Amino acid sequence: MENYDAQIAFTLFGYGINWTIVSTWIVMAVLVLLAFFAGKNINTNKKPSRLQTAMEAIVLCMRNQVREMSNDEPLKYLPLVGTQFLFIATANILSILPWFKIPVSSLSTTAAMAFMVLMAIPFYGIKNAGVKGYLKKYTEPTILLLPMNVLSDFTSTLAMAIRLFGNMCSGVIIGSILMLLVPFILPLPMTILGLFSGLIQAYIFAVLTIIFVSSVSPVKKETKEEK
Amino acid sequence: MDIMAIIGAASAFSAAICIAIGGFASCVGEGYAAASGLSAMAQQPDEAGTISRTTFVCMAICETGAIYCFVVAMILIFANPFWNHVISLAAK
Repeated sequence: MENYDAQIAFTLFGYGINWTIVSTWIVMAVLVLLAFFAGKNINTNKKPSRLQTAMEAIVLCMRNQVREMSNDEPLKYLPLVGTQFLFIATANILSILPWFKIPVSSLSTTAAMAFMVLMAIPFYGIKNAGVKGYLKKYTEPTILLLPMNVLSDFTSTLAMAIRLFGNMCSGVIIGSILMLLVPFILPLPMTILGLFSGLIQAYIFAVLTIIFVSSVSPVKKETKEEK
Repeated sequence: MDIMAIIGAASAFSAAICIAIGGFASCVGEGYAAASGLSAMAQQPDEAGTISRTTFVCMAICETGAIYCFVVAMILIFANPFWNHVISLAAK
């Protein structure tokens, strides 16, 4: 199996740094540098640069999507959701480089991202509706379903981690198997399919994050209207 | 047939059964979801954005079963705990 966690890239201060961490750093560096150069000289007087326009288009598109899906102020969720989407999408696009080891095909990375979502659910829930309104979500139809509701938070985020890992990992494995059998031409369509499904998975991960994270906010409005 | 051959054959066969049934069933389900989404989009082209988004999410959730089967099959083939146990017993 293509296990990038076990492949040591180099050693730093006596610790082996594996390829998952190295490629995560590469993706982070690409994102940070792009954002830095796009936002380096922003002013209202002169014409915006082409990079800045492209970045603004991406951010605007994400904001509109978040606004439609959460029915809420998009800037509240955009830092979390947009970062996850951009990270997964950039990792996928960079995977067309032959030597690049895609970091999302490691269960550690996806589990960390799903854990972020698991922590963000109570954070945004309490931010939206207060502690009482957030805890009320778990007793929604009846109090009898409390264990099920608590469990569903954990299982849905775990499913997000496994889904992303499985999709990415299957793409990598199919690519490497075809590379062993037929090194010419034939891996190409599978790579394109992997690129497409990777971007779809990035989108789906972001959509599911918004759905889980913004699940509490309508409760607040309803309770306010009732009172 | 000794115990190692039985364990190896059973692991390979159960991985194949796992991915076959799981992949088949979830693909059929995803096909239903996509068909319903497409017919809804044909009836209401104005709402295509909302419908396609919901269809994508539903398809991803349907796909989860297949992904679980894939992970289990990968574990059975590449990181089989039973096989590793037998190997470590045989090494003693």
